[in-house]
Amino acid sequence: MLLARMQFAFTISFHFFFPAFTIGLASYLMVLEGLWLRTGKQLYLDLFKYWVKIFAIVFAMGVVSGIVMSYQFGTNWSVFSDVAGPVIGPLMAYEVLTAFFLEAGFLGVMLFGMNKVGKKLHFAATCMVALGTFVSAFWILSVNSWMQTPVGFEMGANGQFLPGPSWWDIVFNPSFPYRLVHTVMAAYLTTAFVVGGVGAWHLLKDRTNAHARKMFTMAMWMAALVTPLQIFAGDLHGLNTLEHQPQKVMAMEGHFDSHPDGAPLILFGIPDSEEKTVRYAIQIPRLSSLILKHDLDAPMDGLDTIPDDEEPPVGMVFWSFRIMVGIGFAMLGIGLWSLVARWRGRLYDWSLLHKAAIVMAPSGFIAVLAGWITTEVGRQPYVIYGLLRTADAASPLDAPAVAASLLAFIVVYFTVFGIGIWYILRLMGKAPHTGEVGAKRGDSGPIRTAGLTPGPTQSPGHEETLPAEKKDI
Amino acid sequence: MDLTVIWAFIIAFAVFAYVVMDGFDLGIGILFPTFDVGRERDRAMNSIAPVWDGNETWLVLGGGGLLAAFPLAYAVVLPATYPLIIAMLLGLVFRGVAFEYRWRDPAHRRLWDAAFAGGSLVAAMAQGMTLGALLQGIDVVDRSYAGSWFDWLTPYTLLCGLGVVAGYALLGSTWLIWKLDGEGQAHARKLALRAAIATILLMGAVSLYNIFLNAEYAERWLTEPEIYFAAPVPILTAIIALSMLQAIRKDHDSKPFWLAIALFFFGMAGLGFTMWPYVVPPGITIWDAAAPERSQIFMLIGVAITMPLIIGYTVWTYWVFRGKVTDEGYH
Repeated sequence: MLLARMQFAFTISFHFFFPAFTIGLASYLMVLEGLWLRTGKQLYLDLFKYWVKIFAIVFAMGVVSGIVMSYQFGTNWSVFSDVAGPVIGPLMAYEVLTAFFLEAGFLGVMLFGMNKVGKKLHFAATCMVALGTFVSAFWILSVNSWMQTPVGFEMGANGQFLPGPSWWDIVFNPSFPYRLVHTVMAAYLTTAFVVGGVGAWHLLKDRTNAHARKMFTMAMWMAALVTPLQIFAGDLHGLNTLEHQPQKVMAMEGHFDSHPDGAPLILFGIPDSEEKTVRYAIQIPRLSSLILKHDLDAPMDGLDTIPDDEEPPVGMVFWSFRIMVGIGFAMLGIGLWSLVARWRGRLYDWSLLHKAAIVMAPSGFIAVLAGWITTEVGRQPYVIYGLLRTADAASPLDAPAVAASLLAFIVVYFTVFGIGIWYILRLMGKAPHTGEVGAKRGDSGPIRTAGLTPGPTQSPGHEETLPAEKKDI
Repeated sequence: MDLTVIWAFIIAFAVFAYVVMDGFDLGIGILFPTFDVGRERDRAMNSIAPVWDGNETWLVLGGGGLLAAFPLAYAVVLPATYPLIIAMLLGLVFRGVAFEYRWRDPAHRRLWDAAFAGGSLVAAMAQGMTLGALLQGIDVVDRSYAGSWFDWLTPYTLLCGLGVVAGYALLGSTWLIWKLDGEGQAHARKLALRAAIATILLMGAVSLYNIFLNAEYAERWLTEPEIYFAAPVPILTAIIALSMLQAIRKDHDSKPFWLAIALFFFGMAGLGFTMWPYVVPPGITIWDAAAPERSQIFMLIGVAITMPLIIGYTVWTYWVFRGKVTDEGYH
């Protein structure tokens, strides 16, 4: 049981990175290609081709880890699949029908079809891929939200959850709109910070590189404009959670005790579930009530009102929540800093800002994972909140079988995806330049030559990259 | 016809689409070590690079569709064949990433080619054995799997595994006959002939084994009046097999591939006839495992709207990349 849980947690955490990146990156590619078609500037096409190579690798990793996910519900959580299948199964089927086929079907044209279908159709294919990633997020988050805030179902005589008369209620369950907005914006920010970090890296090497400048300025606009929206959306999501899953918020806040007249905001501390207290707490009186109830004196219930066997693991939720929020504010800081830099006309030569942006490049992934842990662990001990306990949802499997496959997954994922990430970093290490080649199917002998011959003007640009390439390897 | 039957046909269609479409690209993976390093391998890879992703999506539809339409079957079959499913998934991981990695890292291209071939072989074998495990029957008590965790490993399942490997190799090689010319095509013809003979023999062996495996299966195929419905399947299969062997030898480009698909179609029709009306023999019928009517209707609307679109743009993608693969790749 614990092993099955670890395996699921492991594979889904790994998987979650890839869609978080592809959702944002697909939209970014769409914007770049759209700008190229509109302005006709080679710069945008170069950037498109630069990022599409990275997208192809991320997407391949997302697909294969996603296929694993679609079967793990059955292998590891067969009881859950049986009893919840009638409700969540159709939503996932819709995800496959409306999203996966769309992405995968048009990806081939997006990667390899530019010269086969013409610019406009190619742009349409890119749009379809981007739309597919969004639609996919829509359905899977609907499923996840239903597990957090289940509504609109009836209980069958055989113990199955059966759909009620309205699918609308199930799909648009109470926590879904908040979770969708919060997660999709998180994906956009994650991508923006990766793009910004890569741009910053190349600006540090050569602050005149027009491609790096464009990447950096686009990313910093996203950071400055979307981060405040994201923090606002996160606050609304939190209020929604307070309404529907109070003990998750209690765990996030570390409130073991009830506070009848104004709860403090615990900034840091070490939650101790045994003693039911937060050690070394640094707290601001009444601020939690202000944030969550918009009233300094509002009473707040604590975990003392919840039976012990219905409490989530406080420490994990408490910490992952703080990591997510901390990164959110750091992102806001970068966004504001970039505005100052812009105002002073130093966006492209303030190397301290560039260094900070590089440090922050992977921060989106950490924040996304921390947020995911907060919401998933915060739902425990239930898999369907309040109704089905995780312990009752597992498959009747022998521990050795699960242990062996867990080990296999760990080894394979770390090597295969580790290598993939290394390839991505290597691509990112190459400076973007004029006449990017795109995702071509041939870096070998005859094919490569064909790819580099289109015009003499493009050769110098390519040579420029060679030293950089060597430096990074 | 009730909704459950419609759903059984939809799932069967998804499985068929998967088997045929991912079948040929897995088949190319299985045959990959026999291709010359360099141009022949690159071309073979280029012929499937734009479409493999879409092909594999049908597997997700098969899994997701089973969960949605027959949740009980999904919840029983996956734990029963757990090691096979894990092996298949890991195999697919290796071959899937190899599509990108082999181009990104020429120094280790051999390694990724091996991962591509090995992953394809393992995935195909595991799929065949899963099918075998399903056909030989799964112990179910109280809505969940009650067998031990090596029930899936028998001579019969191994035979089914080999049958699927040979069948995928047949699809892959006939696809290459279509997409390649010159030496590559001649090589593909040779491979296709061998794969075709192996496939036909293994299909025959599995069919005979089925009759001895289970009295109910034998009754279905060999007694009146069922035999009148059943008999055309093997007869048509034999006719198709013979004309396919002809087409592979003669100078046809796309015909062998279409006939290989027809062979798979009748093979699956035979399996469907054998299993009907069970989704998990010997105890669970499609009606036992079916999702409630509301789920079925909701999804049927989705399928009715999206499936024509999916088929439409899938055909379009294949159309875009039609014709022989050249050295130019996709530039």
